[in-house]
Amino acid sequence: MQKTLTTTALATLLALGATAASAEIRIGASVSATGPAAFLGDPEAKTLEMLVEQINEKGGINGEEIALTLYDDGGDPNKARTFATRLIEDDEVVAIIGGSTTGTSMSILSVAEDNEIPFISLAGAIEIIDPVKPFTFKTPHTDRMACQKIFEDMQKQGITKIGMISGTDGFGASMQAQCKEVVGEYGIEVLADETYNPTDADMTTQLTKIRNTDGVQAVLNPGFGQGPSIVTRNYRQLAIDLPLYQSHGVASDGFIELAGAEAAEGVRLPGTALLIADQLGADDPQKPVVDAYKTAFEEKTGTSVGTFGGYAHDAFLILTDAITRAGSAEPQAIRDAIEATSGLAGTTGIYNMSAEDHLGLDLSAFRMLEIKGGEWTVVE
Amino acid sequence: MKISAKSATLLVLVVLILLSPVLFPSGYYYRVGALIFVNAIAVTGIVILTGYAGQISLGHAGFAGIGAYACALAPVHLGLHPSLALVLGAAISAVLAFLVGRPILRLKGYYLGVATLGFGILVSMVLNNERQLTGGPDGMEVPELGLRGLLEDAGLDLTNGQFWYFFCGIVLILAAWLALNLYNSPTGRALRALHGSEVAARTVGVDVARLKLQAFVISAVYASVSGSLLALQNKFITPDVAGFMHSIEMVTMAVLGGVGSVLGAIFGAAVLTLLPQVLTVFAEYEQLVLGLVMMLVMIFLPQGLLPSILRKVRGKDE
Repeated sequence: MQKTLTTTALATLLALGATAASAEIRIGASVSATGPAAFLGDPEAKTLEMLVEQINEKGGINGEEIALTLYDDGGDPNKARTFATRLIEDDEVVAIIGGSTTGTSMSILSVAEDNEIPFISLAGAIEIIDPVKPFTFKTPHTDRMACQKIFEDMQKQGITKIGMISGTDGFGASMQAQCKEVVGEYGIEVLADETYNPTDADMTTQLTKIRNTDGVQAVLNPGFGQGPSIVTRNYRQLAIDLPLYQSHGVASDGFIELAGAEAAEGVRLPGTALLIADQLGADDPQKPVVDAYKTAFEEKTGTSVGTFGGYAHDAFLILTDAITRAGSAEPQAIRDAIEATSGLAGTTGIYNMSAEDHLGLDLSAFRMLEIKGGEWTVVE
Repeated sequence: MKISAKSATLLVLVVLILLSPVLFPSGYYYRVGALIFVNAIAVTGIVILTGYAGQISLGHAGFAGIGAYACALAPVHLGLHPSLALVLGAAISAVLAFLVGRPILRLKGYYLGVATLGFGILVSMVLNNERQLTGGPDGMEVPELGLRGLLEDAGLDLTNGQFWYFFCGIVLILAAWLALNLYNSPTGRALRALHGSEVAARTVGVDVARLKLQAFVISAVYASVSGSLLALQNKFITPDVAGFMHSIEMVTMAVLGGVGSVLGAIFGAAVLTLLPQVLTVFAEYEQLVLGLVMMLVMIFLPQGLLPSILRKVRGKDE
């Protein structure tokens, strides 16, 4: 065991040797670039690497280069905790970005809090920042906010009775629970509540049940991955003539491709400015940052931008903005500066952090989108 | 002076656990060490079940899940101290192993593998789906064990990583000591006899069904304790701990190190826990390297890494 441990130490030293310069700001990240949550972690990892490269080309922050140590936790909370320990104790980073999933974020969170290192999570769950913990922040809106945005739109349409079909994966299950908690506030009633497994290839049974429930006026599908595309296709095959609402979990061009433009016609979901970059008004405060990120990412990777890569972008933006303002790369100074973030335009929304709010987004960050002719359009 | 294999094994373990920290360049290595010990406890259970008794289980992560969630749930709902929750989890695992083991241990080979696999998947599904209780796939928080605070009051100030390193190390030494005692006991000999040939064992009066069940229950308790320690250490737990991959990982560690020997299995746990940490430099190829290592070991060192290496060394001496 001693021998293998020494080998680990040597390997780590070698890996670090390549990047270790004298004056640099060390930032750590642990995302789920492989495994079941790779659709989150992969764009996040690519985004972070790209942004670090960009900032270093411009001479870094306060004259110091950024050195990013990026680990792939494969979506395993146990690994995420180990990597967080490694980032803090061994790589001596001043801040951590990451935790693509709620489980990995919660694992990193306790290590970061114990060691008083600022941590910006990329996961949706509200538990991460509620109750507020001193060193933990996050960039994605909560699932609850997505539910609220959807119900607001339903209210405008005069919809009062809905059916829900949710995935049983972490995302779907969490959003299903959050939606049911706030649905009453909008005077909406859930008449049918069906679920599917993320690996299911056909949801016609559940959808038929919802269709046969009297009084349903619209259907909501919290879920991510391929499930919602199958729901959307089955929905059209069954010729259900009710509005279909999807979640922010499928807010990417990939969803329209998977479901097919014809089936996806008329689907509504809450999305970010990133999806409608070309439709943003010239005076929109998010336009410059969204355009810059979209152009650079698509040029670099050849794939279209999505909401999740945007979360990583915003986390990095908040962090670098905080380090610049603090004029120091001390963890405590960075933390204080992050908490003082105000009016910072990211791809997801405009961030205004405070001691009570470590997310800093409100409902206006979401835009209600509708798919028309295979393109995203804004619903006013 | 000749020392027995048992004392030698324990001595090696104690020395390694005590001396390794001298070489640790940072606190992170305590964390890796603690993880190795946690895995090694579960794998020692697999040695008893598979190495001694010759039975296979592809669902032991289920018991780890029960141990882990006992530590998360019992303190909140029953007001138990986390350390008692660990005991409760082990007891539940033992009872469950007894009930499940009775019918399925009649099966042999692949059939037993599939039946235990089914059990593991069932536990994992319950943990995933009972969201009101377990928090679902998002997982739930685990209360602090509180022992570190007590030690601090007693004047022994350890960092979190150091505490868990030594605490899991002590539990591992206990677990290995019990397993080694079992090996040379009448029960252990009977277990090895039924491993060699069930028919022959039965003819000489070994109660095959009862012994298999015993081995299954003991190994379930080991897995449960390992799950509890992981949960308490991580202070957060998700159903991944009961997942199919975790079961496979346990068996792989045991087989890689040498399923017939306690020290070998611990060695296997160490190698497979360290590899992903070493391979982060080329993380994309991690699975590839793991698979390759497994294949090469199976082909060239079918007894497992450590027993094969020891045999080579001894062979030269003679």
